[in-house]
Amino acid sequence: MALFVDDITYVYEKGTAMSVNALNHITVEIPDGQFIGLVGHTGSGKSTFVQMLNGLLAPTTGRILWNGQDIHEDGFDKKPLRAAVGLVFQYPEHQLFEADVLSDVKFGPRNLGLSEEECEKRAEEALLATGLPKEFWKASPFDLSGGQQRRAAIAGVLAMHPEVLILDEPTAGLDPKGRDEILDMVRDMKNHRKMTILLVSHSMDDVANYADRILVMNAGAIMMDGTPREVFERYRELEPIGLSAPQTVYILEYLKEHGLPVATDRLTVDEAAAEILRARKQRNV
Amino acid sequence: MGIIQTLNLIHDYITRDEEGNEVGTVRALDDVSLDVEPGQFIAVLGHNGSGKSTLAKHLNALLYPSGGTVIVDGMNTQDDDKLWNIRQEAGMIFQNPDNQIIGQVVEEDVGFGPENMGVPTKEIWERVEESLKTVGMWEYRKKSPNHLSGGQKQRVSIAGVIAMHPKCIIMDEPTAMLDPSGRREVIRAARALNDVEKITIILITHHMEEAIYADHVFVMDEGKIALQGTPREVFSEVEKMQALHLDVPAVTMVAHELRKAGVDIPAGILTKEELGAALELVPSVASMQSGKIS
Repeated sequence: MALFVDDITYVYEKGTAMSVNALNHITVEIPDGQFIGLVGHTGSGKSTFVQMLNGLLAPTTGRILWNGQDIHEDGFDKKPLRAAVGLVFQYPEHQLFEADVLSDVKFGPRNLGLSEEECEKRAEEALLATGLPKEFWKASPFDLSGGQQRRAAIAGVLAMHPEVLILDEPTAGLDPKGRDEILDMVRDMKNHRKMTILLVSHSMDDVANYADRILVMNAGAIMMDGTPREVFERYRELEPIGLSAPQTVYILEYLKEHGLPVATDRLTVDEAAAEILRARKQRNV
Repeated sequence: MGIIQTLNLIHDYITRDEEGNEVGTVRALDDVSLDVEPGQFIAVLGHNGSGKSTLAKHLNALLYPSGGTVIVDGMNTQDDDKLWNIRQEAGMIFQNPDNQIIGQVVEEDVGFGPENMGVPTKEIWERVEESLKTVGMWEYRKKSPNHLSGGQKQRVSIAGVIAMHPKCIIMDEPTAMLDPSGRREVIRAARALNDVEKITIILITHHMEEAIYADHVFVMDEGKIALQGTPREVFSEVEKMQALHLDVPAVTMVAHELRKAGVDIPAGILTKEELGAALELVPSVASMQSGKIS
């Protein structure tokens, strides 16, 4: 059930003096089972773009195809689409509202018209998947810590059984351990449930560590589309648009400039350390 | 005497049931004593729920101690008469710039604080100019904050605080919502305020790289100070930091992995330049001797 974005544009406040081209002729395919990182500076069009994918916003021109069908065609039922393309907004915990966590997570499936039994089953599965301990399921969501609230909110989207899960900055404000736990969980969703993941992030280290493919947005257009290595190899083009490479790239670049023959495209700490060891051995031979 | 002192500070949050009856307390700060010298750059690290933000709110009297005392520039935060003086001396920057900007035009927003303090009009405009120039936002003074990037908005928030002429600024995760260039802008502005204006900075952050410039780092856990020292001392403790659910900067981690693999380099490397020196690629850098990264 792949998504295909066919040459879309989006203009905010079209026809007024305030008109802004937020999206500029974007064409991109989002196939099943990929972990995609979406990066771009504030205002590059990322949030507008992701809201296109489940039909919350309609493109000014161009089409969004879901399983080959235009989602804005007359007669297209958007309800199954919204269940299939789950969107976790920034600070999703601000949207918690029910008296207890379990009811909050059941809200989505209930709206799909599922039986109470099925809703309960899905909510429990979703909460287990997010790793929120059972003792909190009956608690008020407002008594949880920030990290726990975020898990509860993500569980609410997972309980809809999405095929595509879009997360807008899911780790903003979380400590390093909370960040790793959320991203590991998302990767499990991709590996074990074949879900497609679209992770919107300001952290180059996070997308380098987790994504199979990175889309770079700038001024409403897709500026780069490739594997993390391909994208971060061009880090000098990323800097003028407010982005950067993972820190290991800068470390290796510095060591190379000063005579250590290292490759600079190692994106994680372990890879970078291994590369330095390799280069030192090579130099000593 | 320090500009900010906490002495055996305790904070209990009260939990209530649906009828509003007290059902228990959660101790968020447990006997925290610290002393910050004027002009210091302090970083506070700690996992979610460790008590960092609660501590920050005590430092400008948004919360009152359940036990112990907080003294800001010689004033006790429990002294109601001093409340506004304390809030003026110790300015606060929060995570989300959108929650802190109220003006329709940048310069109006920055002038709001001094206007509230009853500063004469002419001086308000002088302060607005000086503050916006300090954070590099003077050319945006006539713009609507809505048209600024996250980093620019956060710099306007900082200018709004500087315009009140504080001695100390407490920043509670000011970069959590920003893209990499926004983060750089805000940290650069914070360091400049500290270096040039000698304003005491207390930076609460989850980004370990932002803490390496600090004079002193406090690491919080379960409401207590679990670890403290210079950045080098704190980040040398890689295993301890990980046990506290935290990271160390990427370069420190790379150096740690190299040490584990038998490479003879010191612990607590904080910059790529120091790593280059430790690997004998470049002559040793001044910061390793002085202990302070500049």
